[in-house]
Amino acid sequence: MDTNQKENDFIIQNGKLSPAALKRKTELENNPASRTDHMAYLPDMEQISSDIRDKVLAAMNAYEPDKYTARDVLAALSHDRCSIEDFKALLSPAAEPFLEKMAQRAERETRNHFGNSTYIFTPLYIANYCENYCVYCGFNCYNDIHRKQLSMEEIEHEMKVIADSGIEEILMLTGESKSKSSITYIGDACRLAKKYFRNVGLEIYPCNTKDYAYLHECGADYVTVFQETYNADKYETLHLMGHKRVFPYRFEAQERALMGGMRGVGFSALLGLSDFRKDALATALHVYYLQRKYPHAEMSLSCPRLRPIINNEKINPLDVHEKQLCQVLCAYRIFLPYAGITVSSRESASFRNGIIKIACTKVSAGVSTGIGDHEAKYEGSEEKDCGDEQFEIADTRSLKQMYDDIKQQGLWPVLNDYLYV
Amino acid sequence: MIQINGNEAMQADGMSIADYLLSEGYVLSHIAVERNEVIVSKKDYADTRIQDGDVIEIVQFMGGG
Amino acid sequence: MIENDTFTLGGHTFSSRFILGSGKYNLDLIRAAVSDAGAQIITLAVRRANTKDSENILDYIPEGVTLLPNTSGARNADEAVRIARLAREMGCGDFVKIEIMHDSKYLLPDNYETIKATEILAKEGFIVMPYMYPDLNAARDLVNAGAASIMPLASPIGSNKGLATKEFIQILIDEIDLPVIVDAGIGKPSQACEAMEMGAAAIMANTAIATAGNIPEMAKAFGLAIEAGRRAYLSGLGRVLNKGGEASDPLTGFLHN
Repeated sequence: MDTNQKENDFIIQNGKLSPAALKRKTELENNPASRTDHMAYLPDMEQISSDIRDKVLAAMNAYEPDKYTARDVLAALSHDRCSIEDFKALLSPAAEPFLEKMAQRAERETRNHFGNSTYIFTPLYIANYCENYCVYCGFNCYNDIHRKQLSMEEIEHEMKVIADSGIEEILMLTGESKSKSSITYIGDACRLAKKYFRNVGLEIYPCNTKDYAYLHECGADYVTVFQETYNADKYETLHLMGHKRVFPYRFEAQERALMGGMRGVGFSALLGLSDFRKDALATALHVYYLQRKYPHAEMSLSCPRLRPIINNEKINPLDVHEKQLCQVLCAYRIFLPYAGITVSSRESASFRNGIIKIACTKVSAGVSTGIGDHEAKYEGSEEKDCGDEQFEIADTRSLKQMYDDIKQQGLWPVLNDYLYV
Repeated sequence: MIQINGNEAMQADGMSIADYLLSEGYVLSHIAVERNEVIVSKKDYADTRIQDGDVIEIVQFMGGG
Repeated sequence: MIENDTFTLGGHTFSSRFILGSGKYNLDLIRAAVSDAGAQIITLAVRRANTKDSENILDYIPEGVTLLPNTSGARNADEAVRIARLAREMGCGDFVKIEIMHDSKYLLPDNYETIKATEILAKEGFIVMPYMYPDLNAARDLVNAGAASIMPLASPIGSNKGLATKEFIQILIDEIDLPVIVDAGIGKPSQACEAMEMGAAAIMANTAIATAGNIPEMAKAFGLAIEAGRRAYLSGLGRVLNKGGEASDPLTGFLHN
């Protein structure tokens, strides 16, 4: 990997596009004026009254990671409670030499708040249709991949295979296409999931409060939405088309989900897209301020790094190496000791084995980011008509392997401790 | 019966609140008056007549924590 | 930062973080206590007027000091609302400290009634400062009801027992975005200082001063202690050494770039 690389080259050529589609794609990529206002809500988007976005973005814009010193980092580590200023110091380059000390503190916080438990879940992709053009994502609407949306029969079949493996918590994902994967379709999938799993989470396109209320009624209790980057200007250059382009509507998704009655919400920036320290600060403050406003809600963080996608093997997380990722995770844990932290199969088995001791409280196992291929992957049967994957995973361990490896680390694997009310 | 600050005060019957307060030596700027649990604002003192059945409270500030 | 350190209540800005109570001592001493303490806010009670008193406390309070009437004597929200309205009618501003007790033995505030009164009075434009038992859920309800600050007790009112509720006050300081003013039970300047070191926005004290040997001197001692605690808080307290060794196996040995 070129360690001095400053930017990814995301753009993929797709020879199968119609001349009109190709023209549109090229126009969007090269002419900013051809793109819509990413700060303007579309007519079908609910606008809630909330000051959290202003607070988070103001703090992120004012953050100067380079002004913090070793002294600030040591002071932060000596404080019983980590203030926002302390957190900024822990995210700064000055904290890198103190990573081991941060890990020790993070480990104490994790064990104090979560005991020795590490939770296991699996994602289930039920569709990969997408109407957005997000240049770094394998599902983007201009990428030439095999598209698929599972029928209810196919979803139930997948769920049976997953549930038979022992998994009790599921995270259902779709590409972001409201026309292909309607709220009704997702709601029906939630009703099915309730039959097979004790905890149903969703990672779908942001929707309005009443839609979240409906999906909660159907059995979903957790909503995860990744902001990808909190730098709105950078966001604009990465999300060139579609509903996802609207930055503020996406930012407020978690708050709408809580207003709709969901029990918990998940947050993340996709590290490597923009300045990762600023994005990590904004992600954690997003959690921090929302927790203060909705103290009953469960909050969790993820920390994905960019991965290669189909048709672009070169995408990588730039300056966010494992050490930087570990620093971000330790800082999250020290600042938000109560928040769940999920580390996905984008990371290697060795990284995940190490980080569950320090900061991470939830891992995925038996993962496929493709559509309808669990039976093939779990039972070695022949792959049938499946949809292509969103990104390449790095940790392919099955539930059983993950379960055993967690125990090997001296921790206790937990499949679920959850009651839907 | 008329009650003012817990004491019977039939002598006030028919008087305006302003007249009553002045006759008793209250400093108007330092007090507030409530008639039948409704505050009487200072500008209405002259026009508000005390009647039979009224319960009147006259309050002021004192030391407190 | 320390030189221009102020805090705000209902749009009014104060540089002194000492709220002085005026109960239980001679009117003659109020002026000295206020000026020696450097207090900018003083609390008062509302009582039936007695025409035989030729003196009124308002005549003894220096010009420019903000009056904070309390609702002491109220046993429920309705009575507190009634007292607050009477206090405002006296024309000394919109501030009110809600104090509701129906426990005559320990004089503990009733959080539930206090929340109800706060909601009513905040809607009527009062700057509401509720005195409360330090409970996080009640404090959040007070924020949502429109309070301008939260005033948790350190220990029972008038007891001078100090920071008996320290852990819970710390939670309020950490979680509530309004000024947290520690009220009731602070008995010594050192206790006031400690609460300020924890991050309290201000201290309210009365009995500790009223029952001191030299009232103006004690008021001054409190003023100095509160300022010292505030400066310490703003400076960032130094570390405390804990016992315990460090792991011999590094936790981060698995990382590679």
